[in-house]
Amino acid sequence: MDPMAAIRETFFQECEEQLAALEAGLILMESGAAEAETVNAVFRAVHSIKGGAGIFALDALVRFAHVFETALDQVRSGTLATTQAVLNLLLRAADALADLVRAARENGTVDEARTAALVVEFTQISTHGHEQPPTPAPAPPAASPAWHISFTPAASLYAKANETALLLRELRRLGPIEATLDSSRLPELSELDPEGAYLTWNITLAADCTELAIRNVFEFVEDDCQLTITSATPPEPGLKPGDVITGDNGFSFEFFPPPVFDEEEAVPPPPVEPEHHEPPATPLARQNPVETMAAKAESAAAVSATIRVDLDRVDRMIDLVGELVINEAMLSQRVLEAGIARASGVAMALEELEHLTREIQDSVMAIRAQPVRSVFQRMPRLVREVAAQTGKQARLVTEGEGTEVDKTVIERIADPLTHMIRNAIDHGLESPEKRIAAGKPAEGLVRLTALHRSGRIVLEVSDDGAGINRARVKEKAIANGLIAPDAALTDDEIDNLIFLPGFSTASTVSDISGRGVGMDVVRQSVVALGGRISISSRPGQGSTFTLSLPLTLAVLDGMVISARGHTLIIPLGAIVETLKPKAADVFPLDGEINLIHLRGGYVPMVDIAASLGYCDELIEPNQSVALLVEGESGMRAVLLADAIHGQRQVVIKSLEANYRAIPGIAASTVMGDGSVALILDVDAVVKTTRSELNRSESSLLEAR
Amino acid sequence: MSKPTNSGANTRELIAFRVGRQEFCINVMAVREIRGWTAATALPRSPRYVRGVINLRGAVVPIVEFAVRLGLPSNEPSARNVIIVVQIGHQQIGLLVDAVSDILTANDANIQPTPDVSSDLVKTFVKGLLPVDGRMISLISLDHVLPQGEQEAA
Repeated sequence: MDPMAAIRETFFQECEEQLAALEAGLILMESGAAEAETVNAVFRAVHSIKGGAGIFALDALVRFAHVFETALDQVRSGTLATTQAVLNLLLRAADALADLVRAARENGTVDEARTAALVVEFTQISTHGHEQPPTPAPAPPAASPAWHISFTPAASLYAKANETALLLRELRRLGPIEATLDSSRLPELSELDPEGAYLTWNITLAADCTELAIRNVFEFVEDDCQLTITSATPPEPGLKPGDVITGDNGFSFEFFPPPVFDEEEAVPPPPVEPEHHEPPATPLARQNPVETMAAKAESAAAVSATIRVDLDRVDRMIDLVGELVINEAMLSQRVLEAGIARASGVAMALEELEHLTREIQDSVMAIRAQPVRSVFQRMPRLVREVAAQTGKQARLVTEGEGTEVDKTVIERIADPLTHMIRNAIDHGLESPEKRIAAGKPAEGLVRLTALHRSGRIVLEVSDDGAGINRARVKEKAIANGLIAPDAALTDDEIDNLIFLPGFSTASTVSDISGRGVGMDVVRQSVVALGGRISISSRPGQGSTFTLSLPLTLAVLDGMVISARGHTLIIPLGAIVETLKPKAADVFPLDGEINLIHLRGGYVPMVDIAASLGYCDELIEPNQSVALLVEGESGMRAVLLADAIHGQRQVVIKSLEANYRAIPGIAASTVMGDGSVALILDVDAVVKTTRSELNRSESSLLEAR
Repeated sequence: MSKPTNSGANTRELIAFRVGRQEFCINVMAVREIRGWTAATALPRSPRYVRGVINLRGAVVPIVEFAVRLGLPSNEPSARNVIIVVQIGHQQIGLLVDAVSDILTANDANIQPTPDVSSDLVKTFVKGLLPVDGRMISLISLDHVLPQGEQEAA
């Protein structure tokens, strides 16, 4: 990749982070929990995107970010009240900004009309916002309290490409300022260090603002200057705005006339947008690199440093650490066998090594773990869009964003979650009118929760809508031939009908959900991840979908069994129960297939070793142990093995990486002794039996 | 023990190994490592020449018994056998052979074409013949060592 493209890629990665911060900040503001710093963070996010976009000449992005930023700046300075309408606009603008970033990244296009409409809205809202609160502008400058600021930049301030004039100009936005330059420390030209700093500004600011507001101006240069801020009595009239301040050594510094600027900010701007925004735009634009740099330095200090690493490298490391653990165990075994005393130096050093390797393993696994935040953050936007499309009002509340789960799982829960949330709004929530009629607030609540429970991650999507219409679900299931018309089902069973393939209660196919590929697809993708999904619903009070997933896809809980001398792993999730079959319960169906009588039903038996082709002779059922398993589609079978060796967590290793997929085998793993064991694909084994069973049945029929 | 022959265009280093009474060689660039025999886990529904898979520092690597692949009789491997781990494309494969015998340097001029014989195995694997000190060493192409795609799998 050429260096520019690499930098560009980094910019877009940072954009993703900035957009996430932006959205998080805006939602915090919406919930009313925002602090002054939140607004600043939001502002910085947009500002950084704009700054970066400027470097890459992404004009559309810069233009929009600028308008957005201007509005945020007004929010920050308090001239624009954060009403619900304003926040709504800001959130939509954040979505549009995300679209623009994506378009820029993929060289795609965006809906120009939409961004244009938002720009117009911003204009209106900022005009509006100015009229509403009587801004401090009319306050006569003489009467307002004054601050005395002494500002002595250090050489490092200039080295970081800051400019004092810009800072003074920024300060002037708080109120009229008078500045005098103290150049008394300026040495003779012969002794002057060209990169040194010798000047002090004494500034009198006549503004009714807090000290914090002033400090904020100097926020990014705080560490690179001496700054003293003291409250002072109203100053005697000093220099007039526009005057040229001339230092002792002839250094002169011209003021921009503050009142003019002040008026411009205060009076309602002319309706044409660009003309209003142009004057503040210039200083802002010039400030860009400075502030971006400062913001970066600051964020680097605030957030702990991170690096981006290729996932392959982490996986390789996990592989190697796994090997280290196995080797360490083998070494311990050898040492023990050699008869070395436990208290000897070797044994103790080995114990130390064991602790270390375990710790290394834990730390490496933690690298892959990520908070679900990255997925949750995409959801508020989804809720807004779906709510807008369906004409419903919905609010998303998320909990447990910090819950950590393996990266492989994170990547694959986004789709099921998206579907479930869409479903919750489209099918779960009622229209505002119906909700009010039912005595609920017009705005529906969708709650998204993540938590750890017994070694799994549990995700819940709940809504406070009408709940499942059981009568309709049943009716529909009967109409679609999914259940018998006279079937007696419990409420729970009816609720779970919605996971059946081809089920949709929506009478019309909407754009959002209801194509009949809904919940069964969600269920399938969840099951494919080794997870489970269930629903509980209370009429009139809403429904809750509960998703339980393993913390990682790299590790699997399995039962270690042996079949004719071969060690195999059966995924624990597929096992319903284990039993010792009695010869009296076994009934041969034909020469090959035996059925076992189990609690009133007949279940086909599968000899694992024979089904994998390890041997031709079938095991005697009464000398085997049996595992009742259930495949994904609900088909049951009894697997026969020689012995069960217990349960253990295994690291999944793909066979395809160096070989190819094998029917009946899902993957492989490395056991504690360093040997490879195969993980059984229960579904495939059960299915092959079924098809064999069918074949036998048909051959039986032919024989008759 | 290397036998440098006249240097020239396309000089390459080859690693020679014995299987039964025959000698073969492959390009040394394809070899990742050479290791002793460790018991492999048998794979169901696999060709006879795939002895199974072993754990190679966390990676699961299939072991091809080269003798059987060439249609020679299978030998129960012992500690004397070696596994040559080779890289073929993105995959790593272990070749189970009797012993590594030599490292050779050869160029195109030294390699004689394979005589036209009807054996499909020879056509698939043997790219050329290399006479060294009165021995005949077959230059092997690794591309078809593992079964290709699903057709052969059935």
